[in-house]
Amino acid sequence: MSVLWIFIAVLGLSLVGFFAGRTRAIASGGGDIRVLHSLPKHYGAFVSTAALLPAVIVLALWSVLSPAMINSSVASLLPTSETSADLALNDVKRIANGLDQAVAQGRISKDASYNFEGTPEEIAKQLGAVGIALGSAPDTATMDAAESYRAKAEKSRFWRGVAVLAASVFALLLALRVTDKEFRARNTVERVVKGLLILSASIAVFTTIGIVASMLFESRNFFAQYPALQFFFGTNWAPNFRGGSDLGILPLLWGTLYISFIALIFAVPIGLFAAIYMSEYAGPKLRAVAKPMIEVLAGIPTIVYGLFALVTVGPLLRDYFAQPLGFGESASSVMTAGIVMGIMLIPFVSSLSDDILNAVPQTMRDASLGLGATQSETIKQVVLPAALPGIVGAVLLAASRAIGETMIVVMGAGAAAKLSLNPFEAMTTVTVKIVSQLTGDTDFASPETLVAFALGLTLFAFTLCLNVLALYIVRKYREQYE
Amino acid sequence: MKDIQLENRAVTDEKTKIAANNVNVYYGDTRAIKDVNIDIKSRTVTAFIGPSGCGKSTFLRCLNRMNDTIDSCRVEGRILLDNEDIYDTKVDPVQLRAKVGMVFQKPNPFPKSIYDNVAYGPRIHGLASKKADLDGIVEDSLRKAALWDEVKDRLQAPGTGLSGGQQQRLCIARAIATSPEVLLMDEPCSALDPIATAQVEELIDGLRTNFSVVIVTHSMQQAARVSQQTAFFHLGNLVELGDTDHVFTNPTDPRTESYITGRIG
Ligand SMILES: Nc1ncnc2c1ncn2[C@@H]1O[C@H](COP(=O)(O)OP(=O)(O)O)[C@@H](O)[C@H]1O
Ligand SMILES: [Mg+2]
Repeated sequence: MSVLWIFIAVLGLSLVGFFAGRTRAIASGGGDIRVLHSLPKHYGAFVSTAALLPAVIVLALWSVLSPAMINSSVASLLPTSETSADLALNDVKRIANGLDQAVAQGRISKDASYNFEGTPEEIAKQLGAVGIALGSAPDTATMDAAESYRAKAEKSRFWRGVAVLAASVFALLLALRVTDKEFRARNTVERVVKGLLILSASIAVFTTIGIVASMLFESRNFFAQYPALQFFFGTNWAPNFRGGSDLGILPLLWGTLYISFIALIFAVPIGLFAAIYMSEYAGPKLRAVAKPMIEVLAGIPTIVYGLFALVTVGPLLRDYFAQPLGFGESASSVMTAGIVMGIMLIPFVSSLSDDILNAVPQTMRDASLGLGATQSETIKQVVLPAALPGIVGAVLLAASRAIGETMIVVMGAGAAAKLSLNPFEAMTTVTVKIVSQLTGDTDFASPETLVAFALGLTLFAFTLCLNVLALYIVRKYREQYE
Repeated sequence: MKDIQLENRAVTDEKTKIAANNVNVYYGDTRAIKDVNIDIKSRTVTAFIGPSGCGKSTFLRCLNRMNDTIDSCRVEGRILLDNEDIYDTKVDPVQLRAKVGMVFQKPNPFPKSIYDNVAYGPRIHGLASKKADLDGIVEDSLRKAALWDEVKDRLQAPGTGLSGGQQQRLCIARAIATSPEVLLMDEPCSALDPIATAQVEELIDGLRTNFSVVIVTHSMQQAARVSQQTAFFHLGNLVELGDTDHVFTNPTDPRTESYITGRIG
């Protein structure tokens, strides 16, 4: 029974359970739903969840545990040494899968698939004929293991269906048994909903932990091969895949911060002023048109901004600023990437600030206007100070986006790591280097590749601090008016 | 209305501070104020009473053009402050509001220090050139608002940290710091407990020596306690205007009588 069919069957059971639960509950109240503890639909939902949930849990457990068990029992059939055990097992699985597919496509009969006889070469040829390409001819042990693997897997699939359906039916009947007018179905359903929500929340948390853990693990490998001090304080970035690289993070960090700084210099005032105009001056009609238009900017993929940097802003800056003023010849520059990234951040800053400005109570404005302050005085002296913590939070969030941005940097600022003050020079950032260290032919044991994880971890720590700070400030600000 | 205790007070014979002629106010197409004519005297407390939704706040907000901040609101008719039309194009609403201060229903101190709250108006209008002058204005306003003794040791503490009643008195201090000529109060006690209410009422009575006060209230007892003139609004109409004693003891209009005896409202 395939997973899909199991699922359909369980869903069907759960649907049946819904109506059965409802009907039984109504019947137990003698047809009068007012004597029931909960609404009929709650009883239905309760029975239906009972049919669904245990079945899903059994299915999940089975899918995790059974392959592991089959693997270990099949591996014990193989006479190979420790190191190549994985490879041998992979071969077994490929043969097994190939045979399954061949049977499914009708190329060979099921019986024939279990009785491949002959010398290794013959077997390899036969397998090749049904579409299984093998590196080397399989020996008999491998073939036996493959056979055993297939047999076990098939058995496992069969029992999986049985177990899941049994769980579903059993739980359904149990739920129906407890369903009567006294039963607190509503509370139970409530608990299940709460459990699901907790599950979703914990998935988010655990993935974060998982990401950090994997980064930590790989970074540790890196620091085992490359001195941490040289990584964090080295001023030269010159990876060399033949060894002897300089992997100092400082030029990359400098590029990251420089570009982000220019982006923020550009985005914060414009975004903030746009937000002030939108929330304080613009009439409702204008706001209805202009606000979505600004937010459209936020929907543009960053690669498109990157193209804009590459073909428009970069050459423009070079031809009209950098060359005439003698700052450099490069179209890729910190300035190009910074400005384009700034444009990308404008809607981000403005829509966050707009929300924050709107959260300043109207009574504050009334109080100030009622004292004879003009609108701009009111904004400057009352609205902005009240909103300042929130705006700082918005800026920090924008900063952490700028720090994590990659595409615009590659296309706008280039990929050359450099420590320079000249904003018209090409530089690059941490994110760009992470990509370039991991693409192409890479050897996951060399420090040149592993450095990507250390870079990622550093970046993550950086933006995490910024985000925590931003959230802290935003939260503090919220309390002010509650 | 026997339970409302009316003091015998001198009926004011002050001159007219604000005169409204045929004022109509519209929110979009709905007419919220209908042909209101009223004279508000200087150095007098005038109370606006009436069932809720009858337009008291709307009319009050016309007197310092706070309605300008509401897009859909339109005011017709003439409102004269010292014989000058406040809706005339050459009148700057900003300057008008410095002369006609306002205290709102909910205490709304700025999230600044107590001192900065009170100093806000004087700073905006450049009323004090020296720090000492500003200190003087702040102290004076807080004293007039009967708050000085409670806050004199913590002027730099945030105004939002005060109790509700103190916050409202702070807002009154803030409003009188700009030395307005008229003080508009929109249900200033509705968010306060009885003790704070009593303090604010006492304060309002004291303010009469310097300002012309217009207070909106839903409490007839309060109107009777603090005002010399009472205006009764009903469904956007000004139904009755007269000396407070008179309105409460001898109303001329049957609607007023129904309202103060509790039959409508
Ligand atoms: N901003 C507004 N927009 C539209 N209608 C309003 C607005 N403010 C008040 N109104 C309407 O004007 C009428 C008078 O309201 P208001 O002056 O607040 O009454 P009161 O203060 O006497 O309770 C009410 O019918 C109210 O619904
Ligand atoms: Mg009102």
